[in-house]
Amino acid sequence: MESLPITIQVFSLIGTLIFLAFIARLIVRGKLREEYSFIWIVCAIILLVFAAWRDGLTQISRLLGVFYPPSLIFLTAIFAIICFLVHLSVVNSKLQNSIKELTQEVAILKKEVTDLQVPDKLVMANESQTNLP
Amino acid sequence: MKSLRVLVVVPCYNEQRSVAAVVNDIHWVKTRFGLSLDTLVVNDCSTDNTMAVVRTLDCLHLDLPVNLGIGGCMQAGYKYAYRKGYDIAVQIDGDGQHPAEGLIKLLRPLFDDQADVVIGSRFLERQGFQSSFVRRIGIRYFRWLNQLLIRKTVHDSTSGFRAFNRKTIEIVNRYYPDEYPEPEAIVQFGLHKLRLLEVPVLMEERQGGTSSIGWVQSVYYLFKVTLGTLFVYIRLRKI
Repeated sequence: MESLPITIQVFSLIGTLIFLAFIARLIVRGKLREEYSFIWIVCAIILLVFAAWRDGLTQISRLLGVFYPPSLIFLTAIFAIICFLVHLSVVNSKLQNSIKELTQEVAILKKEVTDLQVPDKLVMANESQTNLP
Repeated sequence: MKSLRVLVVVPCYNEQRSVAAVVNDIHWVKTRFGLSLDTLVVNDCSTDNTMAVVRTLDCLHLDLPVNLGIGGCMQAGYKYAYRKGYDIAVQIDGDGQHPAEGLIKLLRPLFDDQADVVIGSRFLERQGFQSSFVRRIGIRYFRWLNQLLIRKTVHDSTSGFRAFNRKTIEIVNRYYPDEYPEPEAIVQFGLHKLRLLEVPVLMEERQGGTSSIGWVQSVYYLFKVTLGTLFVYIRLRKI
């Protein structure tokens, strides 16, 4: 198999580096938490390896007995994406649970605060309903 | 016997037309039977004037800042009951389908310590509103599922008219199912080896608001509750 032209290799290297820099900037600005950036950094490193190692994909495909190398890319990429989506669902469920707990806590605290602010209003409200608007 | 403190939790989502009647109904039962009872309306982030109506009523209220659905809404009430040391917590829906006269029937077995959980059932004595045909099929299915999993028969497994004693309040304070909690909670209680008791009550068709379950959501409801029930079963089986 003929080796790839050098230009596309340079492009993919530059592209991957820009992607890495973008991820790094998101972390620095606090828009992406480190634990979620981990997978993207790993992805970028894998891309870097393949951008540098010219016929790595062909060799690995041959090793695994994959006839058509690009299908190996799709297989691994889709698998990785599905894993990440499941991970996001887990994170989402955890968030939802935390929101539920917080909401209940806020509601109860809100009630305690109003009870403290008008301690006699409630007592009177229990005896007669007239003092309430 | 009457020294037991009761908290009636009324979950509300857009029930501005019916909630006042429900609270007054409960109040009437309270004065008539001389119960030591407080009413707690939990407003699940209604988009109408429910909260304004509730403020004018003679009752305690919680105002959830985020809509949680009936499960999270009820759990907020149960957590409140747990913290304030209530002995019994009762759920009465804010749409007026649970007439408060049934309250006494629900409370008696708890006062006499004959049960941990009392569920008001509309099917034991076939009186009052019996729900639509399709819903009754769903209820029958959940009855079968409960029988299969915990070997206990609850005829009206989707009934939201239920009373818990302190032991049960402690359990639901820790975990209460989300979204459509009723059938799931029965399996949860069964696996915690709580004594379930069903008493016949009258139910009415809702007076205001809309059901949490429309036609389109029925299938989702069925799957969600089945899954939830199975997972509660797997999680709690070892207790």
